[in-house]
Amino acid sequence: MAIKRTDGRSLTELRPMIAKVGVIPNADGSAIFSFGDTVAIAAVYGPKQLHPQHMQDPATGILRCTYDLLSFSVHDRKKPGPSRRSQEISKVTEWALSPALDLQGFPNQVVDVQIYVIQADAGTRTAGINAASMALAHAGLPMKDLICSVACGKLDKDIVVDLNKDEEDFKDGEGATDFPLAKFATSDEFTLMQLDGKIQPERVKEVIEAATEACKEIYEVQKKALKEVVKH
Amino acid sequence: MKNKINKVQEAEDTEEIEDTEEIEEAEENEAKTYVSEEVKKRKVVVPGEVIVTGEDYLPSDGTKRVGKDILANRFGLAEEAGRVIRVLPITGAFMPRRGNTVLGRVTDITFHGWLVDIDSATSGFLPIEESPRFISKNEMDQFLAIGDVVAAKIMGVKAKGIDLTLKSKGLGKLENGFTFKVSPNRVPRVIGKEGSMINMIKEKTGCSISVGQNGWIWISGENIDNEIKARKAIDFITEKVHMEGLTDKVEEMLNGN
Repeated sequence: MAIKRTDGRSLTELRPMIAKVGVIPNADGSAIFSFGDTVAIAAVYGPKQLHPQHMQDPATGILRCTYDLLSFSVHDRKKPGPSRRSQEISKVTEWALSPALDLQGFPNQVVDVQIYVIQADAGTRTAGINAASMALAHAGLPMKDLICSVACGKLDKDIVVDLNKDEEDFKDGEGATDFPLAKFATSDEFTLMQLDGKIQPERVKEVIEAATEACKEIYEVQKKALKEVVKH
Repeated sequence: MKNKINKVQEAEDTEEIEDTEEIEEAEENEAKTYVSEEVKKRKVVVPGEVIVTGEDYLPSDGTKRVGKDILANRFGLAEEAGRVIRVLPITGAFMPRRGNTVLGRVTDITFHGWLVDIDSATSGFLPIEESPRFISKNEMDQFLAIGDVVAAKIMGVKAKGIDLTLKSKGLGKLENGFTFKVSPNRVPRVIGKEGSMINMIKEKTGCSISVGQNGWIWISGENIDNEIKARKAIDFITEKVHMEGLTDKVEEMLNGN
């Protein structure tokens, strides 16, 4: 009954993942993460003194994320510079990552995370969050856990994980629903939950279960990449 | 005092009992023993990962206790020293701590002292009272001018900033020579056990070398060839940090050239 996905994957199969840490020597922490043709790169700078001063918080350090698509990442050139979409994603990325970070020890300071999508094929924010989580760990910041992120969705009536661009544009039957999620790697705490499309409320549970399973796979990939730092 | 000794003995006794139990249950508990052996060898951990399980262990730097487990609070090398578990950083920016010796560059002179850039989030402040001899406020720039490189010790880290001092051995302005940066996480390896590595390089090249915990290194020698030789040896160390018997390799390298 299951519809065949365009790239022949099963419903719960993720695209092949590649992760590498320490790709930007100048940064304090960096990582690259890809879901198939979606490639995101993240760099962490800091903790450093926060300017402008009115943004400083004397109680804790703050996290500042920047997400953007590079001009050549999509078929029709993306006009460089911040857009409504990229600012929104920067903000939700910040909210997705900050619960895992503990910046109490860095008052008045900021940790800057910059995420750039080199190649886009749907699921860019989730790839960006995965890369940023690895980069933050690589920067040696105090963290409760790693963050894993994946976009689930619904194609007509089937719940699937990790949609690609063709699937996102799926029009038959009930159409496509995009449901990006992010969660703590070792607990069931979710830090990002967005919904674009329609889904029956009772089916959300199925989505969450599928995402939890997928995140386990992502966590293994992230962990392996981080542990390879030492081997050289 | 006696109580303490008794307590220690008690602790040892219980440990022994546990050990024998472990041997008996070794086959059943293979996974568990595997983990504890790994820790002794040091292992890389990611945030949130369980390092060890058990009430006997004490969480230290970079770790925290959640129920029976000790979790890593940061990415690094987990190390077991007796019962104390800590995670040593292997990447990331320099985190200033009290007592660290750092190298920095004077960026500004104020009425009360010098501002020193030490490659951390907040810049260091060296008060005029912390200079090794009396300096009049009119001649501050003759002692340390803007752009001078200085070796200083961190007196304290506060929310406002970092206080530095020059009142200790081997601190002060560094003249001649040159400075360069390495990753602050590689500094322990450059220095070596009780300074074995750095002393060997100093001896073989005849250079004076000063290493700051913030990753700044200053080298000054009689001629430029020796300085380059010393720098090459240090670059070699920072590239091959995880190699075993590194001191011998570096010695070989310095003898060869």
